[in-house]
Order: sequence, then structure tokens, then C-alpha cells
Amino acid sequence: MAAPDLHAAPDFHPKRSLAARIVSAYGQEIVIAAAIVALFVVVSTINPRFLGTNNLNTIIAGNAYIAVAAIGMSMVIITGQIDVSVGALIGVLATISGNLAVSGAPVWIAWIAPVFIGAAISGVTGALVAYGRLPSIVVTLGMLSILKGGLVSVTGGAWINHLPPAFQLAQQRWLGLPVPIWFMVALTLLAFLWMRNTAFGRSLYAIGGNPEAARAAGIPVERRIVQTFMIHGAFAGIATMIFATQLRVIQSTVPPNLELTIITASVIGGVSILGGTGTVIGSTLAAILFAAIGSAMIFVNVSAYWLRAVIGFLILVTVLVDMARRNREFRQ
Amino acid sequence: MTAKKLIRHETILALLVIVALFVLDRQSDRFFTVDNLFNQGRLMTEVGLIALIMTFVIVTGGIDLSVGSIVGMTAIVLGVFWKNLGLPLPLAILLALAVGTFAGFVNGIIITRFRVPALIATLGTLALYRGIAEGISQARSVRGYPEWFFVLGQGSVLGVPTQLWILGLVALLSAVALAYTTWGRTTYAIGSNEVAARFSGLGVDATKIAIYAASGFAAALAAVIFVSRVSTTRSDMGTGLELDAITAVVLGGTSIFGGRGTVVGTILGLILIQALKNGLSLAGVKSDGTVVLIGAVLILTILVSNLFHRDANR
Repeated sequence: MAAPDLHAAPDFHPKRSLAARIVSAYGQEIVIAAAIVALFVVVSTINPRFLGTNNLNTIIAGNAYIAVAAIGMSMVIITGQIDVSVGALIGVLATISGNLAVSGAPVWIAWIAPVFIGAAISGVTGALVAYGRLPSIVVTLGMLSILKGGLVSVTGGAWINHLPPAFQLAQQRWLGLPVPIWFMVALTLLAFLWMRNTAFGRSLYAIGGNPEAARAAGIPVERRIVQTFMIHGAFAGIATMIFATQLRVIQSTVPPNLELTIITASVIGGVSILGGTGTVIGSTLAAILFAAIGSAMIFVNVSAYWLRAVIGFLILVTVLVDMARRNREFRQ
Repeated sequence: MTAKKLIRHETILALLVIVALFVLDRQSDRFFTVDNLFNQGRLMTEVGLIALIMTFVIVTGGIDLSVGSIVGMTAIVLGVFWKNLGLPLPLAILLALAVGTFAGFVNGIIITRFRVPALIATLGTLALYRGIAEGISQARSVRGYPEWFFVLGQGSVLGVPTQLWILGLVALLSAVALAYTTWGRTTYAIGSNEVAARFSGLGVDATKIAIYAASGFAAALAAVIFVSRVSTTRSDMGTGLELDAITAVVLGGTSIFGGRGTVVGTILGLILIQALKNGLSLAGVKSDGTVVLIGAVLILTILVSNLFHRDANR
């Protein structure tokens, strides 16, 4: 047996060149990065204002919360699970955070509370999945109903106004860069390195690849799944921290389709829905790509009503290209 | 042993339905009236049609998240073909049904020919089909349908709402197809072990493509009825319908991993959900509170049924 190789995706061709191995292990990330570069080149040729600082800020900072939530989602999907309730969870957490801020709690408590509450709620989901032996799609479908219905029946969908200015974390800048961008970059890199280099992180890939083998190798699979869901809930809480603080109001409803946007970012970023492969760098790049596409359409004068069709089309093309690549590698 | 398991889940569910109906009857004397029950049937039809075919999809171990978007797309196609292109309404209806079936067929092709997992393939087409609906409609709604068209969604035949006849017919056909035909048995075989089914010489790909096309057709049929019921066409029609349908199917005891489930279970699941929605609103609970209860019932039913399973396995 060869020494274990530290790449996130297993590489069965150690004799190939370094470049070939990187392409093989991070193919999807490279494809998305190339797509982003191509998009920026093409759109800025048509309309140079696309590359303006303001626009770049809107694209990246305005959608950083999706990338942050997609980090946790990627971990959940890598272990072979899924969470369709994350959009509802973020809606609930944003409402809690806003109400805390308005009621006069110190802003740092309003920022931090969603992280812990998110971890607790997702921990319950994880426990039902791991110890109740329920399929995660069923549990989170149920959680989606509970959170969504609970939120609207408690708040009536009212907006939270009069948020204290100090609460607006996402509007602040550190060293000239908007706070959400710091969060997104730092969390993506930390999560990537953690998942690649620690025993805990690597056990997520092992569980997703083959739960029985992981169990035989001594990994406490049930406990890991609960912990993964808790980490995912904490990431949803951090996403809330920048989502709830970017506007002057918080709408106490569930952002429509948010869970699908987050899952899509993970999956297009190269996280296999079957579990076991993918990185959070891919999911963050995919979140940026989607945001850039939305903005690019405005700059090239395509009706915004076609946005979703374009994104759907791109999802299918990316997936088909990825499948073709995998099938070819499989045959080699 | 499989039969035993199925009976177990459906018995629990049937008991739950009876208890729910009994409690709701005690809560409000308007619940058990013919008018109310027929009205609930109307509201149940669209999600019901989709859930019936979704049962087949999930029994094969697949999933179809795009059905809600197909509803939106075919509703828009219906409106545009009739109003903007000036086609006769019956032709527009047929074309809408054809477009829905084709959309499902495309799902089937992506899933079988390109080996894309159903969850991702239909996640992509969920965005694509809804996007096409939004792009074509440009947020304009279509109104002013002729009077005869409303028979489908608002009228009655022999004293029973028109769409309930359709729902009943589709339910009967799918129950028979799944339980008593080789096609149904192939569906179970694919869900239990796709590779084994393939090696047994079963037409795995053809069956799956047919099921996804049928799912698209059911969504298009639901869209036509939906448009007729609410007298208008909008691009956001059917948003989130996929989750309602999946909830009904899973509540009905169909395993999300495939290989297990019945149409009768799905029908019981549908009735339970609709009865809860209606009964609680009659009892003065807001609809959002009902959504919470449906979520809790979904988790608890599967949990209880799982516990029985493990006992049965020992």
C-alpha cells in the first residue's frame, strides 16, 4: 500500500505529473474558476463598468453569506447527508438576531446567538438522522415545515425595523474590504485546511465514501454525523450574522429558494451528492460564479427574468461536463 | 416479510387518519359536510396528481424536484399559446401537456443516459424550467379564459368536482400499475437493486425515462387544473409543490432509498395532510401552525415506523 495521499479526492494514478494530479483532484474547482475568469473577461469587454469596485463589492460581499452557508452544507453533503431546511433555519436565526438587537441586547450577543442556536437546532436534526436512523432528506423536510411554519406563525411575517447602527456588521469594512468578504475568505480557507489535514476533517470524507468501512476503521460514525450537523448549523449562524446585518430591515420570513441556492453552490462546486468528495473552495467559487452571472446579465442588458433559466442551464452543463470528465477518468 | 412491513406502516397511517378525522369532527361541525370534503378534494388534486407519480419515482430510488417548476412552465406555455399565439384553447392544453411530458422526458434522459444523480439533475431542471417560465412570462399574468374551461377546476360532473374524477382515475391506474403489472414490479426491482435489475435483463433505462416523463405529464395536468381553478396563469405557480408531494409520498411509507412503497400509502398521506390543514383551520389554527404540525407528523411517523421495523427485523 502506498502512503496515504493528502489530496481531498483520492488519486489512483501516483505516477502522473503533479499538474495532472492537481487537475484530477481539483478539476471542478479549476473549471469554476475558469468560468469566473471567462465571465469577467467577456462581460467587462462589453461593459467595462462591470469591473468597477462598487459592482465587485455588491457581487461578492452581497452574496458572501451564501458561500459561508455552503461551507457547512458541503460538509453535510460530503458525509452523504443533505439539509433542505437551511434556508428556513437562516430565516429563523435572522429574526432571533434582529429581535435581540432591537430589544437592546449588546450587539455582539445578537451576532453570536445565531451561531449557538443554529448549532443546537441542527444538532437535533443530526441526532434524528444518526441515532433515529432517519434519512436526512426526510428529517430536514420536516424541519423545513416546522421552522418555516413556526417562524411565520410567531412573527406574522412582520419586518424588523429600527435596528441599531452598530448592529450592521456586514456594512463595516476592515482594512478597506467589506467584512463579509473577510468572513468568506477566512472561513473557506480554514474549513478547507481543516477538512484536508485533520483526522476529524478527513473522517467526514471517509464516512461519505463508505460508512461501514469508516465504522470498521474506528470512526464513531453517529457522533461524527451529529457533530457535522452542529458545525453546519454554526456556519448557518455565521451566514446569518452577515445576512441579517447587511440591510437596515430584516424580513421575518424564509428567504425563498435559499436552501436550493446553497445546495446548488455546494454541488456545482464539486461536492458529490453521493458523498465522499469535494472541497469548500469549489462551493465558495460556485457561489461567487452565480452572483457574478446575475450581475453580468444586468450589465449586458439581458432581462433579469431570464436569470434563473441561465443558472439552471449552467448547472446542467457543469454537471454534464463533470460527469463526462469522471467517466473518462474512470475508463483510463 | 416485505408485505408485513408495508401493512405495518399503512396500518399506523390509516389509524392516524381515522384519529385525525375523529378529532377534527369533534372540533367543528362543518368538517364532515359534503361541501367541505369536496372543496378539500379540489385543493388536494394538484399535489395529489404529482404525488401519485412521485411514488413511482421514489420507489425507483430517484427523486423529482422539478415538478413544481414544470407546473409553472406548463401553466405559462398554456397561457402564451392561447393568448399570445392565438391558438384554440384545447390545442394549447394539449401542447402544454406535451411540453410537461417532454420536460419530464429530458429529466429521464439526463438521469439515465448521462448517469447524473436524480437529485442534481432535477435540481438543475428545477432552476431551468422555472427560469423558462419567468423568462417567457416577464412577470405578466394571463387572464380572461373562456367560461367552459373553468369546468375542469371549478365545475362538477355528476355532483362530484371534475378534478376529483381525474384524480381518482389517475390514482386507480397508478395503484394497479405499481402493484399488479410487470412494469410496477420492474419499478420495485430498480429501487431494490438497480444493478441486479439490469443484469436480470429488465429495461431499467426505458422504465426510468417513462416514469420521469409520466411525472412531467402529471405536473402538466396539475398545472392545467390549477389554472382552471384559479382562473389565471402566473410564472410562480407551483413553487414548493415538490416538497409537498414528497412529504405526502414519504409520509405514505415509501422509502426514500427506493424499493418500498405503495400508492395506497401515498393516498393516505395526502388525505392526512389535507385533513390536518383543513381541520385545524376550521378549528381556528392559522395555516402556518398547521405547517409546523405536518412537519412534526412527518418526522414522528417515520420514526415510529422505523422502530416497528427494527422490532420486525429482530
